[in-house]
Amino acid sequence: MLSRTADHLFWMSRYIERAENLARLLDVTWQMSLVPQSLEAANQNWNAIIALNSLEETYAKKYSEITAENVLRFMVSDADNFASIHSCLRMARENAHAVRGTITTEMWETLNATWLEAREKSFEQLLNAGISEFFEWVKMRSSLSRGTTLGTLLQDKAYHFIRLGTLLERADNTARILDVKYHVLRPHGDEGATDFYQWGALLRSVSAFEVYRKVYRDVITPERVAELLILREDMPRSLHFCMNGVVKNLDLIANRHSGETQRQAGLLHAKLHYARVEDILEQGLHEWLTDFMDHIYMLGDGISKDFLVPMAEAA
Amino acid sequence: MNFYNEMIDANDGVRAHYQGYDQWLKATPPERIARKRAEADLAFHRVGITFAVYGEEAGKERLIPFDIIPRIIPSAEWKSLQSGLRQRVKALNMFLHDIYHDQEILKAGKIPAEQILNNAQYRPVMKGVDVPGGIYAHIAGVDIVRAGAGEFYVLEDNLRVPSGVSYMLEDRKMMMRLFPELFAKHKVAPVHHYPDMLLEKLRAVAPQGVNDPTVVVMTPGAYNSAYFEHTFLAQQMGVELVEGRDLFVKDEVVYMQTTQGPQRVDVIYRRIDDDYMDPTVFRAESTLGVPGILKAYQAGNVTLANAIGTGVADDKSIYPYVPEMIRFYLGEEPKLNNVPTYMCRKPDDLKYVLDHLPELVVKEVHGAGGYGMLVGPAASKEQIEHFRQLLIAKPDGYIGQPTLALSNCPTFVEEGIAPRHLDLRPFVLSSGKCVNMVPGGLTRVALTKGSLVVNSSQGGGTKDTWVLED
Repeated sequence: MLSRTADHLFWMSRYIERAENLARLLDVTWQMSLVPQSLEAANQNWNAIIALNSLEETYAKKYSEITAENVLRFMVSDADNFASIHSCLRMARENAHAVRGTITTEMWETLNATWLEAREKSFEQLLNAGISEFFEWVKMRSSLSRGTTLGTLLQDKAYHFIRLGTLLERADNTARILDVKYHVLRPHGDEGATDFYQWGALLRSVSAFEVYRKVYRDVITPERVAELLILREDMPRSLHFCMNGVVKNLDLIANRHSGETQRQAGLLHAKLHYARVEDILEQGLHEWLTDFMDHIYMLGDGISKDFLVPMAEAA
Repeated sequence: MNFYNEMIDANDGVRAHYQGYDQWLKATPPERIARKRAEADLAFHRVGITFAVYGEEAGKERLIPFDIIPRIIPSAEWKSLQSGLRQRVKALNMFLHDIYHDQEILKAGKIPAEQILNNAQYRPVMKGVDVPGGIYAHIAGVDIVRAGAGEFYVLEDNLRVPSGVSYMLEDRKMMMRLFPELFAKHKVAPVHHYPDMLLEKLRAVAPQGVNDPTVVVMTPGAYNSAYFEHTFLAQQMGVELVEGRDLFVKDEVVYMQTTQGPQRVDVIYRRIDDDYMDPTVFRAESTLGVPGILKAYQAGNVTLANAIGTGVADDKSIYPYVPEMIRFYLGEEPKLNNVPTYMCRKPDDLKYVLDHLPELVVKEVHGAGGYGMLVGPAASKEQIEHFRQLLIAKPDGYIGQPTLALSNCPTFVEEGIAPRHLDLRPFVLSSGKCVNMVPGGLTRVALTKGSLVVNSSQGGGTKDTWVLED
């Protein structure tokens, strides 16, 4: 497969996954803001979304204060914000456009139609129709895109690069959500009563609320939330699940330069495979997650150098 | 002017080969037709069968309008067209081989040598280069029109990177999807094997000694007006779609950069003009091409389709000589008519053209895509005067032709069904001694009332083209 093709496939799937996770996070934050809470707590939640994506500067250029509507507008429809859902869907479509001969017609039509439809929706229209409906739509379009990929694409290298993009992005996004929310909810370690609604919202943002119930059949505790989202390997949005897939797909595309990247992925995977949640919390969740996200970033970099934009061997 | 109507004869009767369609059209409720037309529009949008228009906002894409009334060609008519096309393309390939080798036709005085050798499209770098099978124009798109009395003319030969074949295939797919019942009633010759035929031709012209050649399609990129077609053909043939930046040359061999390292490339179906192929030889500023690819090509390590330097044979200043080429190389009389052409570089012809501007079509010699042309009968006084100045300033840059009464065909337009002018572009594939084509081709239709310009860049649409089997 052409390196450039693999690059487009990898980023196509990352952008769809990113759009979906952003929709999940915004939806939960929006729904939570409807539950009675102090203004300070509400602002903290919206602020966290900006911080999560390190967008403080870009945001400040356009908006003077943090409000629900401002943040939603910025993260949903703002074409100038490269991290908005609007931008992610556009980038997913543009990457797909560049390789539309490699992906199946169904996949291309799904992404193209998603973008064409998203482009038509103004923020005001979305707000009037109920913004949650839009978030549902984004999730459904992402599911549809994953479904057509699974249901129509030959499982060759193209498929592995797509999966690699999806899982790497998801690992990063889940880690980010957990990091920011955990920090907001337990700023001073484990003291104080936990807020059922807030923890429930965090779980819902990664479709893990019902999973939690099924797995633990007990009240929600921060430790278990961390365990579920980090270590549980049968939970499709957990870090462990994602790294299982990253290692597997990386093995399937290996070339003679990729040994070091595979080793790094294996190490990161082992860290999850043999970890105990107590140890992670003792070390400090924030520190642990920051370290994890750094490694995910390095993995992305390694994949890029080994497969996607190799130095021309002609030179 | 008298126009030949493809469907209706001079006595307002429906021509025999349109009877079946006519009955169906009359029996089908207008609401169903309207619904199907909307369905087609939606489907084309979703599939993204679009083209970019130069001069409009970058990356903006438009649909080419699709009309549901097919252009139907009876079998006998197609057979005679087909044999004329074979003859013509064969002669054009022989001409190209000749002018890059012994130049017999120039020595014989059939074409003034300076017309060829001074032509900007003549590529001296190709002199003495042997290409596999002696084929230069592997893919030719020959534009054919029908005039007032029903006779066919070749309007131009496109031998560089002719496009439109994807619309031919998608139009057929759409028609079959919308109106399967029509195909149950008519014996329409299939066209969907075009990509297989193309791949077979491309494999056949691989460099000597290569048994299982790696074929690729090369595109200038996603913003090219025909990008959809490039991806379409690559996908249909199951080969890689590459850009210049995916390729590199080492020791006169072309490789593509893959996730498993460099892989050798043997045949390149390139959809990029000569000028942009190799910055070390042609335009230095081009970033679309591959440095060193011409050397690899000259060394015979890679085949380019079409060959470098085919433009000299489809240039409008050379077009008038094609009948002479057929006589010279094949010893046959041309089966297809050429449009009488006034070469403005000749003083007598120039005088005639200047005196008859309101009746004539004037074309830029190197122009394409319906840009840079004057259609006398449809032009304003200012436009005519503008062209007069252009002609006087640079006579050898233009040719003049009588305005052909392009045939028309009933077409869905805003006010209902009305006749619109059309042409036909068959795609002729050559390798070695074989010249093949799928029945029919792309029918383009000018949707503006009275317009004789069918190019999609000028608002033209397309129709499915049916060749009926006996």
